Amino acid sequence: MRDTPQPLLDVTALKTVFHTRSGDVHAVNEVSFDIAPGELVGVVGESGSGKSVTMMSLMGLLPKSAEISGGEVLFQGRNVRGMDRNDLLAFRGRDVGVVFQDPMTSLNPVFNVGYQITDRLRKYMGLSRADARKRAAELLALVGIPDPEQRLRDYPHQFSGGMRQRVMIAIALACDPKLLIADEPTTALDVTIQAQILELVRELRQKLDMGIIWITHDLGVVAGIADRVLVMYGGQIVEQGPVAELFANPQHPYTRALLETLPSVTEERSERLRTIEGQPPSLNAAPSSCSFAPRCRHAFDRCLRENPTRIDVGPRHDAACWWDPATGGPRNV
Amino acid sequence: MFAFTIRRLLISIPTLLAISFIVFAILDLAPSDPTGNLPLTIPPEVRQQIRDSLGLDEPFPVRYALWLKQFFINEPLNLIEGWTGWQFGDGDRLRVTSWATRSPVVDLIIERLPQTLWVVGMSQVVAVIIAVPIGVISAYKQYSWFDQIGTFVSMVGFSIPTFFTGLVFIVFFSVQLQWFPSIYDTNHEVTDWDSFVFQIKQMIMPTMVLALATAAQLSRYMRASMLDNLQQDYVRTARSKGLTERVVVTIHVLRNSMIPVVTVIALNIPTIFGGAIITEQIFRVNGIGQLLIIGIQGADIPLVQTLTFIFAVLIVLFNLIADVLYGILDPRIRYE
Repeated sequence: MRDTPQPLLDVTALKTVFHTRSGDVHAVNEVSFDIAPGELVGVVGESGSGKSVTMMSLMGLLPKSAEISGGEVLFQGRNVRGMDRNDLLAFRGRDVGVVFQDPMTSLNPVFNVGYQITDRLRKYMGLSRADARKRAAELLALVGIPDPEQRLRDYPHQFSGGMRQRVMIAIALACDPKLLIADEPTTALDVTIQAQILELVRELRQKLDMGIIWITHDLGVVAGIADRVLVMYGGQIVEQGPVAELFANPQHPYTRALLETLPSVTEERSERLRTIEGQPPSLNAAPSSCSFAPRCRHAFDRCLRENPTRIDVGPRHDAACWWDPATGGPRNV
Repeated sequence: MFAFTIRRLLISIPTLLAISFIVFAILDLAPSDPTGNLPLTIPPEVRQQIRDSLGLDEPFPVRYALWLKQFFINEPLNLIEGWTGWQFGDGDRLRVTSWATRSPVVDLIIERLPQTLWVVGMSQVVAVIIAVPIGVISAYKQYSWFDQIGTFVSMVGFSIPTFFTGLVFIVFFSVQLQWFPSIYDTNHEVTDWDSFVFQIKQMIMPTMVLALATAAQLSRYMRASMLDNLQQDYVRTARSKGLTERVVVTIHVLRNSMIPVVTVIALNIPTIFGGAIITEQIFRVNGIGQLLIIGIQGADIPLVQTLTFIFAVLIVLFNLIADVLYGILDPRIRYE
């Protein structure tokens, strides 16, 4: 990341606000991160922590009620927020592929799968109808759908859930994107299918050499495939680090609590599943204190006064917290 | 799909037979007398002879069976003979005859049908042309001034009956502005450009009255359906592929939104014939709606029976068409 000359994606201080009837909701607050070419970054956090909104913000795919109120998004050095309409469309169409959570509803039910892959190919790879169909069949084969030529003519309802998610991946990969955003792609699938999709992505990553952002709330999934992890809470990145380092040496109390909530197969079954006490923060105002402080068992006066900045805590590892787990006391910054 | 259509066509035969029986029975129970309009000086025994000559002395089942034979066998054969010039038997068949005019009912209807089809057909086409874009834009720009005005206008169009808008149109466009004639001239023939312009002019008001009433309803359906679909996940997928908004809305969303709307359009067409009854009266269009009114007023039972039954056939037919269209538009629905 920081040692590569140009990251694939560089996001700085991104802020997104939803204007709702009951006031503004600050969904993304000063989020900064980067992705190196070919890197797989996992983004974890509970529902409403701003994972998906962050990714939709950088794609420019927010609903009408949302507005990006600050920050910079650089893709291969190009400023995404400053792009005109056509450049932004081309950025979405050619440079990035997105796989959404629910394959049951993410495909258009009235068009066959072939059409839904080829419309993108014809627009952004300039292929003829016949060439686009050929490539679409290759893509289906690539994502492991048997009998691809025949299946191009099928409609989404004729595929099973796992197969539909493979189709979604084929659509995302259609124009050889340099970045793949997978927004909880396995959440709606059952566990065996989930494992197959993970295996597929791991394979594709090696074949295609693209950066991947994998959004999930499943730490187990992240541990299995990611190079690096971003932990999000209340619309902010609270901890970031290489996957092995972060799991071995979690710094932020939220990350630690998340890891503690993971049920273990070796422990006694009689024990109740652990939870994190309290409610996720309301996001009615931009944070002026640590948004995790009300639920944090280590919180002290500084946490309520000042929102922590991201502090380097190890090799390529940072956390936004005033508390130091090594000493059990305040950090000297 | 083909097998489904054939099966549905076969099922509609008993349905229509049942409807024909009910129509025939209800009108037979109506306390009307075909000689009621004749002068009082006609002695009762002569009246009875007139009734007998109309076939009213036969018992109900016999009259029903004869009507069935006339309507389902004699009349179609007659039509085929007229169109193709073939000859079935000696061509001498008993036809469904109007009591009031003594001419065959089917001939009366065929005479009147073009006017109704022109006015009603055009009004449907105009309604769809108006309603679909309004619905699409209203939904895409929800709560904009366009949407607000569209909502208001369609509420007005929905709540005001056609006989009122018709009169308002006549007062405004015929009496005040004198743009269009208030009476539809059925005998007018289109021979050159000027007569064509006149034909258009006299069609505009009845067509627009019907079209506005239909468009008010259709645009609401269209808007609701579009709103429903714009929320769907597949729209986000389409946008994430880098497709332009125009393509996303007019191809991906519109195709899905049209499914329920096409059904409404198809089911609407027979009821439009009903609505046209009143509109035809107002603009003096000599269509089948007006023919039905004349038939009812003159106690012309054969005419009313036949027209009512034709409306029933239209409803059954357009139900079938709606189902078939549904299957064509939505691949998830396959009739096996």
